[in-house]
Amino acid sequence: MSSTLPRREVVSALLAQRGDTLVVAGLGSTAWDCTAAGDSPLTFPLWGAMGAAAMVGLGLAIAQPARRVLVITGDGEMLMGLGSLATIGVQAPRNLAIAVIDNERYGETGMQTTHTAHGVDLAAVALGCRFASARIVRDAKELDAARAGLLAGDGPALVQFKVIAEKLPLVLPPHDGVALKERFRRALLGAPAA
Amino acid sequence: MANPDWPREIHDALKRAGVRVVGYVPDAGHKRLIELCLADPEIRCVVLSTEEEGIGLAAGAWLGGMRCALLMQSSGVGNCINVLGMTHECRFPLLVLVTMRGEQGEFNPWQVPMGQATRAVLESMSVAVHRVTEATQIAAGVAAAAARAHSDNSAQAVLIAQQVIGIKSFQEQAAQ
Repeated sequence: MSSTLPRREVVSALLAQRGDTLVVAGLGSTAWDCTAAGDSPLTFPLWGAMGAAAMVGLGLAIAQPARRVLVITGDGEMLMGLGSLATIGVQAPRNLAIAVIDNERYGETGMQTTHTAHGVDLAAVALGCRFASARIVRDAKELDAARAGLLAGDGPALVQFKVIAEKLPLVLPPHDGVALKERFRRALLGAPAA
Repeated sequence: MANPDWPREIHDALKRAGVRVVGYVPDAGHKRLIELCLADPEIRCVVLSTEEEGIGLAAGAWLGGMRCALLMQSSGVGNCINVLGMTHECRFPLLVLVTMRGEQGEFNPWQVPMGQATRAVLESMSVAVHRVTEATQIAAGVAAAAARAHSDNSAQAVLIAQQVIGIKSFQEQAAQ
């Protein structure tokens, strides 16, 4: 069962070919992973609102149906917003994908185990919530195919990447919420509009 | 005087305010407004499994350039507390229409604690609160709150008093 995937290699691989994909990063390690891979105005990292990342992704996917939206979040964050998988499944946005970087730990608070360490299967939950596709990835050999499914193809899609539970150097994004919002809207929508 | 068709007036006010996404957890008091929104091809309706999902939905829609309104019962306001921190810190515009329970005319005592705390909970998270007690005032209140939310990137809640909705019993609610 033990994973050999390094989380930052997974996130870097996803973001290396993001193109004009809109990215929402869940709070904590996944936000640091996204920043380590290269900050972008079209990445909106959350510093709080635990459990909300997937719903921010849904709102964005509804508002921008022609753009791909990728939520990159952790297992603890996704577990806190489990109901949002049902909400997303019902809305069925074809342009929304979720990458769960699953180290089976609450990484910011002392590496306590999450439910996924005890067998809770988020991909199965997503399939039960009518996602178009959902799978668990444990091996680097599967990374290319998983990335292709997240960055294109019919959504909603979810990939649960089983990654090594490791403490890594902090690489922090900007934390001014207004600045993060404004840079995102400017990059996406152009000049500020009502 | 006959009651105005305030759900239709709210629907009109939301349209005039440019709202294109409506997130909701159903409430009997919002029943007709929800039906009007569902019947409107220009409004994307998103039924939520819990009200806090709506706070994320509204934030994401705004990031993508679309205006959102949320419909919920007062009991759902308590579910939103922590994520409202994001709304405040990022100054996301937010428009929430709350049908009140736990007020005058309440028939379920378990609704009273959250109903009585609704205003304080919203204000404690920097959401401006406008309570309307007359059916004739609701649409104007919604229009003003929407204008404020989108002009100064603020969070606004309109509380629709239970006496306006006027459901007096479980039987009456079930018959809606």
